Amino acid sequence: MKARIHIMLKDGVLDPQGEAVRHALGALGFSGVTGVRQGKVLELDVVGSDKDAAEMSVKTMCDRLLANTVIEKYTIEIS
Amino acid sequence: MKAAILTFPGSNCDRDLALAFEAAGAEVVRVWHKEIALPEGVDIVGVPGGFSFGDYLRCGAIAARAPIAVAVQTHAQRGGYVLGICNGFQVLTEMGLLPGALMRNAGLKFICKTVTLKVGDCDCVFTNGYAQGTHIQVPIAHHDGNYTLDADTLSRVQAEGRVAFTYSDNPNGSMGDIAGVLSQNRRVLGMMPHPERVADGAIGATDGQAMFQTLVGQLALA
Repeated sequence: MKARIHIMLKDGVLDPQGEAVRHALGALGFSGVTGVRQGKVLELDVVGSDKDAAEMSVKTMCDRLLANTVIEKYTIEIS
Repeated sequence: MKAAILTFPGSNCDRDLALAFEAAGAEVVRVWHKEIALPEGVDIVGVPGGFSFGDYLRCGAIAARAPIAVAVQTHAQRGGYVLGICNGFQVLTEMGLLPGALMRNAGLKFICKTVTLKVGDCDCVFTNGYAQGTHIQVPIAHHDGNYTLDADTLSRVQAEGRVAFTYSDNPNGSMGDIAGVLSQNRRVLGMMPHPERVADGAIGATDGQAMFQTLVGQLALA
């Protein structure tokens, strides 16, 4: 199975990199972009076939290492 | 007074930190991150600057889960002293020993320069060598020093007098201009500036010396 994890800064946490990308888009003439948030995606190859168990296990991995839940939130997709 | 200085792959201020403690009279033991215990009788753990594990995933994230991490957390929970500088500060927030997180500098650039710090009105062994409100010159060298915490925690940290140092001219966007913050028991300090780089008269600047001398002097009595 593959687990795909999206990690984003929590709402309200200022994202300096996203802001810089938004400015760069404006400088290139792309008008109408009012906000950019930058995050990251991790893809894990996971052994087994039990989707629920895999999701539980990946959630623990997120809480213990992959995300810093002080400033970040995450979503998990198992396929 | 015994100091344990940690080394992770990618640490690069560990030797300077060890020398600063030694010059102040401490017995220094260097500890590799794969150790699972601190040496007997350690008074303070120094977590040095650098780029532990290449800053992969998040700055300090992997170092904070290294084998030695559990021993450092236990040491802190028992009331032991910990000093984290630069990457060491990032490691301590990732370990959960200090509140908040260090994000990319607001200006997005790596900043390497000497800055002016104001000593906070906190009563702690790290700053007792300075008069409160004194200004000192200490270098910074970081890409991710933008100290971020939620509004409630920020006001609590300020109200409890846990801000050890503030920037006079905020270089990186840190909330409350915070350059160094203490744990609730005031025995864990994390700071982005490098006092160990201004602790030797031979290099012409000594504003960091008082921190190490006071630490060594007061912990030797304790």
